[in-house]
Amino acid sequence: MTTPRPETLAKLTPVLTRRWISPDAWRIGSYENLDGYAALRKALKAHPDDLIQLIKDSGLRGRGGAGFPTGLKWGFIPQGDGKPHYLVVNADEGEPGTCKDLPLMTHDPHSLVEGVIIASYAIRANRAYIYIRGEAVHAARRLRNAVAEAQAKGYLGRNILGTGFDLELVVHSGAGAYICGEETALLDSLEGFRGQPRLRPPFPATHGLYASPTVVNNVGTIASVPYIVLGGADWWKSMGTEKSSGPMIYSLSGRIANPGQFECGLGVTLRELIELAGGMQPGHQLRFWTPGGSSTPLLTAEHLDVPLDFEGVAAAGSILGTTATQIFSDQDCPVYATYRWLEFYHHESCGKCTPCREGNYWMVRVYRRILAGQGTHEDLDTLLDTCDNILGRSFCGLGDGATSSVTSSLQYFKQDYLDYIEGRTAPKLSDKQLVGAH
Amino acid sequence: MPSRERKATLMTTFTEETRARAREIIARYPADRSRSALLPLLHLVQSEEGYVSPAGVTFCAEVLGLNKAQVGAVATFYTMYKRRPTGDYLVSVCTNTMCNVLGGQEVYDTLVEHLGVGHDETTADGKITLEHAECLAACDYGPVMTVNYDFFDGVDPQGAVGVVDELRAGGRPMPTRGARLCTLKEMAVQLAGFADERDGAVADGGPGAATLRGLRLAEQHGISAPGYDPKTPIRSKAEADRAAAEAKAKAEAAKAPAPAAPAAKPEQITGSTAPDVKAPDDKSPQVRTAETRQPDAATAVPDAPGTKVPTDGPPPASRDAQAAQAAGVAANTPAGDGKPAGDEAGAQERNLKEAEAETGAAGAGSAVASETGAQK
Repeated sequence: MTTPRPETLAKLTPVLTRRWISPDAWRIGSYENLDGYAALRKALKAHPDDLIQLIKDSGLRGRGGAGFPTGLKWGFIPQGDGKPHYLVVNADEGEPGTCKDLPLMTHDPHSLVEGVIIASYAIRANRAYIYIRGEAVHAARRLRNAVAEAQAKGYLGRNILGTGFDLELVVHSGAGAYICGEETALLDSLEGFRGQPRLRPPFPATHGLYASPTVVNNVGTIASVPYIVLGGADWWKSMGTEKSSGPMIYSLSGRIANPGQFECGLGVTLRELIELAGGMQPGHQLRFWTPGGSSTPLLTAEHLDVPLDFEGVAAAGSILGTTATQIFSDQDCPVYATYRWLEFYHHESCGKCTPCREGNYWMVRVYRRILAGQGTHEDLDTLLDTCDNILGRSFCGLGDGATSSVTSSLQYFKQDYLDYIEGRTAPKLSDKQLVGAH
Repeated sequence: MPSRERKATLMTTFTEETRARAREIIARYPADRSRSALLPLLHLVQSEEGYVSPAGVTFCAEVLGLNKAQVGAVATFYTMYKRRPTGDYLVSVCTNTMCNVLGGQEVYDTLVEHLGVGHDETTADGKITLEHAECLAACDYGPVMTVNYDFFDGVDPQGAVGVVDELRAGGRPMPTRGARLCTLKEMAVQLAGFADERDGAVADGGPGAATLRGLRLAEQHGISAPGYDPKTPIRSKAEADRAAAEAKAKAEAAKAPAPAAPAAKPEQITGSTAPDVKAPDDKSPQVRTAETRQPDAATAVPDAPGTKVPTDGPPPASRDAQAAQAAGVAANTPAGDGKPAGDEAGAQERNLKEAEAETGAAGAGSAVASETGAQK
């Protein structure tokens, strides 16, 4: 544990996390004292199209994983079509490793509420929903409180701040389904159905919630909006890299001295992040890590200097995803880690499409066999073949994501698999866990 | 079609308070979209019965005008809707990869042995329902456990046993973050969308050390995001257009390739819900339509003399629709903004390219994107 060097410390850019340190920032009074709702007053004086242009100019890209340009998404909402428009915030945080939206909503809920109001004004929506993960009860508690406070102050409801703009905001709790973080499954869930993804086209921009034009944005994306409104597009672009602008909350977990949330400009490297986190835990050496949750292919120690922005990680053969870096050491087994992730995808597969539903079911069983010391060399081919049949053939990204750790761990750590198969590693699972594996 | 039997069940099972809450929930959603109330209503029936019973399914079907099969299909899809009676406290131990390797599996196994129940089972005294959970979104505090969804961070087997023993003895240990504990039924009222009425409960639980890690480091070393001026003006479209025109003129004068001037893209504006705001630019609808149809035409200078104005342009909305379609296709690749981040690099590249091309070639972009969509 050493103090990070000044040049590494300089990578920190506390923007979205800034207020978390103020214990009462979740109350509207404290929030207002910390620039709160100043962005809303400013935004309501501008034309909605100027706001869309501002977000386009800022280069803000979706913080939920896919990195789609936010301003462009807003601009796709057809205007003057006579249909109601909706803003839906995806707060269904559940990607393994990801833990940035929950603290934001718990400690600074008004920044999300303010972002929602500005975004709704820009896309001309009079109803907005925050679909929050069911299990996130404390964040929902604070968020519902914030909505009630904002309503009482005239920031929500009818004729907001005397501008004639109306907005109703509902915080809607989910009920425990990872798939509802997929935007069309989320919309189905919000409409009161099983959360299963929809066939596209048509797309949410034209046929989203209630078959009306809808913007679905992640919590971090919407919470960035008030800052861009206040600080301007040029300031926002002064952080991050050319194509991945702005600050990003990196969530570090695992075998490091000080796990936690670190907000840095996009493009910081894992080497720098680990330095900020006080180095690896004593006695641990970095072996593998996820750049953005379990749906992104694993990277290794040779990728320590990859810039963690959308382009840099893609060039290294992975995906930036949610910037949830889970860090594993030489004392962790990549085969077992992958098996646990697959259990997750198997459990969370919605069952709508065959490749994902059946593929994950069978891969879990192959992994159990390998980890029980009863695997064969053919099992490795079976895994790759199954991945081949899931990736690109599933209905949505959940299936694709499930294959990420399988193919990448086989790419980097095939020897670990062979060690189980050829009896050099002691079995990690017992025979009784093998029921139904053959 | 309510049968006599069903009516009898309703009368006997659910209180007037629950029914009043049901009406309140339904009123949150647009009048013709009451089905949106189904998830909160299922939480609501759990607040009275502790699980979704056949009577609970009937109740939801009744108030929403659905049939029981429709409600049952939804209730069985989601993990948080329990199909058997639950205990006062739902203890969930994360056994997903990160918590697992940090010791979560050991915690879970210890509790199984200590309580004598397995996954989704309840102790004989009706106090505790145990489950293993898949990623509770607190990996920086791993291994974690929740009681009625409030967090106990960094638990070890002894600590976890201590918590459940205290619960069984009638105590209410304080979660590491989050509010003081309530029963699972009381929590279900909050999940149905109602405020936590307990005095001061919203204020409970400050941020943990991991949450503030980066911030504290920045604070210690006096680091802040540089150059932040909250008074930075929002540039209007007209100003953006002017700036782009100037940049273009300058570039032409210098006979250099056009710099990547921000914005100034032709874009038409149709209706607005915002009164009392001036038009974003002074362009006539015809000029905007012309720009849309001929994005390459020399229209960077708004309404410049000599700008050709075709009058047979399509109605503005059609281009919007096209663009929206293209956006959707581009956003398609796995989840636009969703969690399953299985986006391939290629798709991201395409998205970006499209973003850059922007209104430049809406038609072509749409064709390309549709093709991609078809392959998916």
